[in-house]
Amino acid sequence: MPGPVQSIERAAAILRLLAASSGRLGVGEIARSLGLARGTAHGILRTLERVGFVEQDGGTGKYQLGAALLHLGTSYLDVNELRSRAINWADALASRSGEAVRIGTLLEGRVLVVHHVFRPDDTLQAMDVGSLLPLHATALGKALLAHDANAAASIRDTVLESYCRRTITDPRELARAATRVRENGWAAEVEELSIGDAGIAAPIRGYGGLVVGAIGISGAVERICDARRVPEPRLVAYVRDAARAVSRDLGGSRW
Amino acid sequence: MTERYVMSIDQGTTSTRCILFDHGGRLVSVAQREHRQHFPRPGWVEHDPMEIWRNLERIAPEALAQAGVTADQVAAVGIANQRETTVLWDRVTGVPIGRAIVWQDMRTGALVDELARAPGAAMVAERSGLPLATYFSAPRIRWLLDHTPGLRERAERGEVLFGTMESWLVWNLSGGVDGGVHVTDVTNAGRTLLMDLQTLAWDDGLLDFFGVPRAMLPEIRSSTETYGTARRVFPGVLIGAALGDQQAALFGQTCFAPGETKCTYGTGAFLLMNTGTAPVKSDNGLLTTVGYKIGGEPAVYALEGSIAITGALVQWFRDGLGLIGTAPEIETLARSVGDNGGCYIVPAFSGLFAPHWRSEARGIIVGLTSYITKGHLARAVLEATAWQTREVVDAMNADSGLSLKELKADGGMTSDNLVMQMVADVLNVPVERPMVVETVSLGAAYAAGLAVGYWADLEGLRRNWHRAARWVPAMEPARRAAEYDNWKRAVERTFDWIRSGEDPAAAP
Repeated sequence: MPGPVQSIERAAAILRLLAASSGRLGVGEIARSLGLARGTAHGILRTLERVGFVEQDGGTGKYQLGAALLHLGTSYLDVNELRSRAINWADALASRSGEAVRIGTLLEGRVLVVHHVFRPDDTLQAMDVGSLLPLHATALGKALLAHDANAAASIRDTVLESYCRRTITDPRELARAATRVRENGWAAEVEELSIGDAGIAAPIRGYGGLVVGAIGISGAVERICDARRVPEPRLVAYVRDAARAVSRDLGGSRW
Repeated sequence: MTERYVMSIDQGTTSTRCILFDHGGRLVSVAQREHRQHFPRPGWVEHDPMEIWRNLERIAPEALAQAGVTADQVAAVGIANQRETTVLWDRVTGVPIGRAIVWQDMRTGALVDELARAPGAAMVAERSGLPLATYFSAPRIRWLLDHTPGLRERAERGEVLFGTMESWLVWNLSGGVDGGVHVTDVTNAGRTLLMDLQTLAWDDGLLDFFGVPRAMLPEIRSSTETYGTARRVFPGVLIGAALGDQQAALFGQTCFAPGETKCTYGTGAFLLMNTGTAPVKSDNGLLTTVGYKIGGEPAVYALEGSIAITGALVQWFRDGLGLIGTAPEIETLARSVGDNGGCYIVPAFSGLFAPHWRSEARGIIVGLTSYITKGHLARAVLEATAWQTREVVDAMNADSGLSLKELKADGGMTSDNLVMQMVADVLNVPVERPMVVETVSLGAAYAAGLAVGYWADLEGLRRNWHRAARWVPAMEPARRAAEYDNWKRAVERTFDWIRSGEDPAAAP
């Protein structure tokens, strides 16, 4: 069992100090108060600023508690912000894979589609941003489910609706599928929501590795999968690359 | 064989970006850095050219590293730039003469009024295709020459160089004080008020009228041709293209045939229609401008509807009012209400551009009642973008005698589904966005790739265009008509705010 992490203790002390102070504090004041080297205090403040827990005043350079602390309990990434940050990579994924791309986030036990890029064949397609998909029957849903203990728990008590013969309706089987998603880093659906369709998805991570959404492609099963109904490794790689690129832009770069 | 790429530099109003594209026109990597906006006085806007150059030096290697690509895998580099922003620098030291004066800057208001009364003023629109306005570069050059002691003499001796951002960057990339080439392209030169739109050359009459010495001007070249080889940042890579950002977007949207139209939504919004190889004069407040010129081929012209403030209104909502934390959050806030509650915002922050061209207008929020919440304001902010687009499309339809059948939209704001739906609703035509929303960067890449043979021809580029999203109109005609009427009445209320004789730059 490792001991306490010193920098986290110091970060907590800085947050307490800022919470107790009536105004903003400069890096020198903070360092002196806590008996830290100025450089050490500065490094911790920069990290706290990166995750939104402190804010620096542009004019004076002084620090105060950040807005993100007030919203700790709620989703910290606005879905429209997520779309805006992901749009370039979603386009590139559609272009490389030749398939439609969707980005989903969790909403009350379902997948909320927050972004949709058409399959790049210039056929008439309808935007389905705002629609809701089932967690257990889609690649996007499984990618989200695998990384959210609450969602996984909430779905355990519900009856898993069957859409096709291959829809996973057994909670234990779904839990095993989620484990595989965490091990592999990606999720698939093969004729689980509708006959003839398949999909591949991977999680999008923000600061600290927190999963904030999932990005995936979907299309005809014969294009997404090989003859043995296994997703094409080439397409899996495209999806994972896109998820990594978005995560990097969101600050979850180590994943 | 190793994969090769094309690098684009988008030197924009708020940031500089390097984007690497592959042969399919797909984005491979992006690196970006914002630069400081200096507002030394009300109505003045400046950028530090050295900061912008240093930003490029930093982000270019980042973009390459992200993709795991070395400079020798880059077939060419192309530049798209914020237009009309004026840089002067010392040919010998390479040091800028003060900061660059940005296209939004209004300091030349009094000078432009004075010039408008001078003999020969009619020649400006006749030859350059553009109205005499503070928006363009020539009055800024004149202002700098008038307000910097000794500068005119140095400019006449050829010691001081003028350029828009692409000139500044090409000169630095190609060696700077050590043999840098001093060039501009037709799309940028065409926005100075100093170029004859027919001959595509600096015009002596216009140079005289504005009092700008020819010795300080760059050589005018095609948009697509090899200007030189980079000696810094991308050593050995050919510099193959430069275009003003809006013309680059026209190129990136592959609007190569007459009648093809695009609208780019950024800080402002710019609707451009390809009008073929002859310039078309506007009777409805649009600008006649060069679209692009490929190597030795004839230039292709465009009609342009310029809207000064679209995304900038969202930025103001974020930074000025602090009602949202990030720009995309405005969609969340706007969706918290069903309509605008009777509230309209006309963002005439520095007057109104197309189709009104009223420099004395200032912004307003009308229809305020105690019912209005920040959600309604957010909606009014987004609707302002849609209605301004409608006004410009109406002008475009009137000038071209065509009626727009669908709008190709691009730029950062196309990630906002609510705005795009509003645009489709108020135009009553479908709005489409292409697979690459970064059409400014893509256009610069296409043009540079074309110059060096990375792409063979325009048809090949066209095949790269794919529809990524489409919004179809869903607004009751009666409601559309009523809302448009409200918008027009709101716009009228912005007029005549700055009184004549009052220096618009000095107004509060």
